[in-house]
Amino acid sequence: MKIGIPKDGRFGDFGGKYIPETLAPAIEDLEKNYLKIRNDPTFKKELSKFLAEYAGRPTPLYLAKNLTKKIGGAKIYLKREDLLHGGAHKINNTLGQALLAKRMGKKRIIAETGAGQHGVATAMACACLDLKAEIYMGYIDTERQKQNVFRMELLGAKVHSVKSGSQTLKDAINEAMRDWITNVDSTYYLLGSAVGPHPYPLMVRDFQSVIGNEIKKQMKKIPDTVIACVGGGSNAIGTFYPLIDSKAEIIGIEAGGKGLNTLYHSAPLAVGTKGVLHGMMTYLMQDAQGQIQETHSISAGLDYPGVGPEHSYLKDEKRVKYKAITDDEVIDAFLILTRTEGIIPALESAHAIAYAMKIAKKMKRTQSIVVTLSGRGDKDIGIVQEYMKKNVKNKRKI
Amino acid sequence: MSRIKEKFNELKSKKEKALVSYIMVGYPSESATLSAIRGLVKGGADIIELGFPFSDPIADGPVIQKASTGSLNNGIKIEKFFKLVKKIRSETNIPLILMTYTNILYKQGYQKFIKTAKNAGIDGLILPDMAIEESKGYLLAAKKQKMDTIFLVSPNTQKNRLSKIAKATSGFLYMVAVFGTTGIQTKIHQYTIDALKSTKRTVKNVPVGVGFGISNEKDVKKYVSVGADAVIVGSANIKIMENTPKSKLEGTVFRFTKKLKRQTK
Repeated sequence: MKIGIPKDGRFGDFGGKYIPETLAPAIEDLEKNYLKIRNDPTFKKELSKFLAEYAGRPTPLYLAKNLTKKIGGAKIYLKREDLLHGGAHKINNTLGQALLAKRMGKKRIIAETGAGQHGVATAMACACLDLKAEIYMGYIDTERQKQNVFRMELLGAKVHSVKSGSQTLKDAINEAMRDWITNVDSTYYLLGSAVGPHPYPLMVRDFQSVIGNEIKKQMKKIPDTVIACVGGGSNAIGTFYPLIDSKAEIIGIEAGGKGLNTLYHSAPLAVGTKGVLHGMMTYLMQDAQGQIQETHSISAGLDYPGVGPEHSYLKDEKRVKYKAITDDEVIDAFLILTRTEGIIPALESAHAIAYAMKIAKKMKRTQSIVVTLSGRGDKDIGIVQEYMKKNVKNKRKI
Repeated sequence: MSRIKEKFNELKSKKEKALVSYIMVGYPSESATLSAIRGLVKGGADIIELGFPFSDPIADGPVIQKASTGSLNNGIKIEKFFKLVKKIRSETNIPLILMTYTNILYKQGYQKFIKTAKNAGIDGLILPDMAIEESKGYLLAAKKQKMDTIFLVSPNTQKNRLSKIAKATSGFLYMVAVFGTTGIQTKIHQYTIDALKSTKRTVKNVPVGVGFGISNEKDVKKYVSVGADAVIVGSANIKIMENTPKSKLEGTVFRFTKKLKRQTK
């Protein structure tokens, strides 16, 4: 079931490279160069050094005792990706790809960003490695994540606010791809999630697999359950991939928004259908006509109508269960973790926490759950504050 | 023989090149679409390319993006689109090409969509995100319906790839003139001319057309003079349609098209 290098870029039916012809030579070149460095000890050593000394790896695996006690049931461990430089798992991938870009002789880096975390991680890696960064971000996201826009600018990146389409992550990807088509020779497209045409899903999964590999080392035995949130699905695939052949139960959590029975969610694996977007075949939120639908999530990082093709494959193979958590449940989990453990999680990661809280109480005390806490929540406190103003029920909890 | 092939044969005997004119169906309105098509046909367009909107048109620049969104907002759906195609087909025998993105076909199923398209009077398909590696099911379905499959190549397409793509191509091969999306206006680059010439040397089974960024008589003349078998004009038509009152649309499109067509003779 575990697929190392996908043949023809396909994970079962999913993946591939549905791209305009102008990008074909660039994608081919990227694939060739990536496969060359994938097992190159010098590259691995260089990346490990940056991950350790610049990004702060390994990240701790923390037994959340207070949360476990409050819920009652399985032990809940948190994989603390929120403690990485920049505050999210994104830096694992941006350092890897930026080093690759440098080897390929590219000086101009473009990237898309949703919540801004990937944009910030790209801007950091580029500043550190002396590369020029330009970041595409949906206009709506620039409005709801203003601080991250300024962070990117401080780090020397140029931020383009994208006003086409739904003005969120999907449109930022569209615009980044258009830029790449236009500047294909000089530019490296540093995709932030395990999506897009082959070899991106492979490459991002490989760079993020450091998460799952560390979990395996840090846990004395294979955990009973591992949980991670899924937007494009990079922290999730990085958590899951090293554990696919193990006995662990694996669960990915999508953004249920205002509920899967409404039009306001971002859960292509739960309720989507197969289709082609952003160079890949995967599950998508689309209407019967094949038009991509606008999505909703309280967390900008999960607000995406597609998902990495390897997740679609793992769903069809029934190796990973995909569930959804609503905005309301996310806020509850956010508040509970903050209060019990003194850890403010990103709203994206709070989806995974919420699901862990749901199932932990049904599990035995001898069992264990590992949740990947993909990022810290400082960027989200404004959103939470506003949400609580509107929702008296939650306000009472403070 | 397909309508497209017949058209190129006819033009060859007249020593003319093809003018291919693109519009986005349903934008700015359905009636404007029909007026513009009448103007294109009367003005001498040889082939008409009909855009079907997609929510995420990554190969398109701002003009066609806006048209795509506009068309969707005007309620253009597959059924309505083909109803309009049938109406157009009842008025003219001009070759009609449908341009959209892979997902629109994939969602309906290649077989089903292509059969419906053929029955409505479509002669060929262009899918800018259909890479040759992913095209097996699409090509099978198209072949079954005798639908022409027009693939795109770029100035940076390598020779071995070019041959592979040309082999899967019927109707004509569409060479993208610039590194960029549709509608980018720049001067004509030497690299495009060189690429066109070398593409013509490699590709013998189908005519070679050039598109993206071609907006006036001068561009058309230049590409024809360096060997293009067809020139494709898109965003320029849409701009005219945006800026012309409906009562004058057919006439304005007619005059613009006639000017362009003159350069292909």
